[in-house]
Amino acid sequence: MSGFYRLAGGRIVDPSCGRDEIGDLFVAAGRIADPASLPQESWERIDASGCIVAPGLIDLHVHLREPGDPQKETIASGTRAAAAGGFTAVVAMPNTRPPADQPNTIGWIRERAKEQGAVRVYPTGCLSEGRKGEKLAPLGSLRAAGVVAFTDDGGCIQDAGLMRRVMEYAAMLGLPILEHCEETSVSGGGTMHEGYWSTVLGLRGWPSLAEELIVSRDILLAELTGARLHCQHLSTAGSVRLVREAKRRGVAVSAEVTPHHLALTDGALVDYDTNFKMNPPLGSEADREALLEGIADGTIDLIASDHAPHCSFEKEVEFDRAPFGVVGLETMLAVSADALVKTKILDWPALIQRLSTVPARILGLPGGTLTAGAPADLVVIDPNLEWIVDPQAFLSRGRNSPFAGWELRGRAILTMVEGKIVWRL
Amino acid sequence: MSRSVWGPEATGSRGRVGDKSQWWSKTLDGWNSFCHFPSAMESETPREELPASPQGRWKRRHLLGLRELEKEEILGLLDAADEVTRYLDSGRELLSLQGLTVVNLFIEPSTRTRVSFELAAKRLGASVLEIDQESSSIRKGETLKDTARNLEAMGADFLVLRHSAAGAAHFLADRVRSSVINAGDGAHEHPTQGLLDLLTIRRRLGKIEGVRVAIVGDILHSRVARSDIWGLRKLGAEIALVGPRTLLPEVFERFGARLSWELDPILPWAQVVILLRLQHERQKEGMFPSLGEYVSLYGLSDSRLRRCPPEVLLMHPGPIERGVEIESELADGPSSVILNQVASGVAVRMAVFAQLARFHRRNGEAR
Repeated sequence: MSGFYRLAGGRIVDPSCGRDEIGDLFVAAGRIADPASLPQESWERIDASGCIVAPGLIDLHVHLREPGDPQKETIASGTRAAAAGGFTAVVAMPNTRPPADQPNTIGWIRERAKEQGAVRVYPTGCLSEGRKGEKLAPLGSLRAAGVVAFTDDGGCIQDAGLMRRVMEYAAMLGLPILEHCEETSVSGGGTMHEGYWSTVLGLRGWPSLAEELIVSRDILLAELTGARLHCQHLSTAGSVRLVREAKRRGVAVSAEVTPHHLALTDGALVDYDTNFKMNPPLGSEADREALLEGIADGTIDLIASDHAPHCSFEKEVEFDRAPFGVVGLETMLAVSADALVKTKILDWPALIQRLSTVPARILGLPGGTLTAGAPADLVVIDPNLEWIVDPQAFLSRGRNSPFAGWELRGRAILTMVEGKIVWRL
Repeated sequence: MSRSVWGPEATGSRGRVGDKSQWWSKTLDGWNSFCHFPSAMESETPREELPASPQGRWKRRHLLGLRELEKEEILGLLDAADEVTRYLDSGRELLSLQGLTVVNLFIEPSTRTRVSFELAAKRLGASVLEIDQESSSIRKGETLKDTARNLEAMGADFLVLRHSAAGAAHFLADRVRSSVINAGDGAHEHPTQGLLDLLTIRRRLGKIEGVRVAIVGDILHSRVARSDIWGLRKLGAEIALVGPRTLLPEVFERFGARLSWELDPILPWAQVVILLRLQHERQKEGMFPSLGEYVSLYGLSDSRLRRCPPEVLLMHPGPIERGVEIESELADGPSSVILNQVASGVAVRMAVFAQLARFHRRNGEAR
């Protein structure tokens, strides 16, 4: 009988209630089911032995590129890539063409996602009109249209006075701000982290200060306004320190880190490979260690991919001219496991918590749980599956991965959204 | 392309540049013998190539920077440049590049380096094609990759690339089978300039190890400074970098150099002073307050020259802006070896071509 599944013999990990046991998980009519209430013969058995059965992963930072750039990615291709990566929901950034700063654009994205999306898509709305950092976007109308947060991601409001008004408005509306922290007068023209390697390579440096100035400014503004601040893709040791201190003071701030900032450093740019060019740039080894420490002590709440697909021809140019950004949906789970589980910084349940339960909680999204009655958004992970990253095999249209050729361990072998199988390896 | 096209042109170029340099004029006598290029029918004529370097076989297809070279490879190139000069001085001809095509792809303007590469290639018997930004399709939106692959499809064996973007030469080297020679990429490296600076110093002082070299100016944005630093360090020189803090960040200490934000204390120490060109855009970017202040702090004046040891060598990669980095008279004075650098440049580039051609002939057919 279709729609009735028994995921048999897996390690059921549900961080929302601390569950971690070998057993069977039942899915009926799109929801996690209690088998006691249903006839036993109706289950379609799926063998999950040796695997982890977990709530579906949730990525708070994805560029689906629609509307405007379907040659880079579409809602259809991006959500299929997400499903293959073990995600059941993604939060779409608003730096599309046009930018998602009007309710009708949000409506279009939601409609499109309903028709073509393999996983749930939660749109965000711009903070400022056209992401220009000059004038408030219609935040109230955007909330009514269904955005889950506000962000100018890829850009950052430079005017502190405007940012204060934005925060006041967002606080009033009860939605968080996802902040891309970049003071452009400091980062301006930079293409990689300012340090030894930028000096060796002759590439214009991007000082850590550019991120840290905005992290500190926004912490002060969040304290003043009561807005909920979520700092995107932290990349420097100083930012981790600022967020740690703010949390200790009780400021409503949360933070994310990308797998590539956990796994790589600026030395990776030695051959000028543009698949290592992203915003914010890869930091030093000291930055990377601070980010790992931030994850370990909870200063950094979660991991998000900042999946940013580009066409190959756009990336295959001189380093200065290449766009920022790398894809990440299909490698995030395994790269995170490589950086955090293999090194014993987190165990599997703790990693799943940072990839599923915590992101759901930060934005108040459904999911992140396997309790009976919850929507059956789940992933089956084979933690021992060894595979080699081959960007040509990605479901994403983007091939711009910094992990091409990496030998990784751990992969989603089945992803289910509302009881429907959307990915099976 | 018929070789007769190249003959007169090469002669003309030589005449213009040659008058200015001692080394150059010594080679003039030898030149006539190889103005007569062999015709295609005579391609079996034995040609002279440089003997293999005593430092061992050259084993690279490309020359992208000095950072990745071993000390022995750098010495091998300097020895080869001396060998080239001896050949030319003795009137023998070198046709290491006979039958090969060199494309000078200069996406960023340059006169000195472009002409130097052109002369070097022609003197070795290559066909040389000049492409600048104006004449290339890059202006029409063609990518660097496509431009280079088209040139390669037309038979380019060497691509000499000058480009404003750091890493452009690496980018090309990964995508073509021709030999790529970096003729300056952004603020990254300018390896043949680095080599010619080393050669100039070695010819004048007889060695590089232990020589005290000051490099003065906009270190941060200078590809010449980087190539000089790598080359000098590998060969055992001592380096002091001098410039304002905005153009000389402390990270340069990690390159194995001492830093000074003042010029005067360094001068009595220096056996060689390399002055770098100052780009005026840097003032607009807020890197220094005014040209006048820069000159007063870092310009080499007559009174500053008197603080230097009497036998000090003054060098400059060119083009010089008289009255900024260096007082006009000093550039032409007895301490200046600026034109020796230019002359060394042709010998060094011939040596680089010859070494790469050796690799090319060994491995080219199998590519």
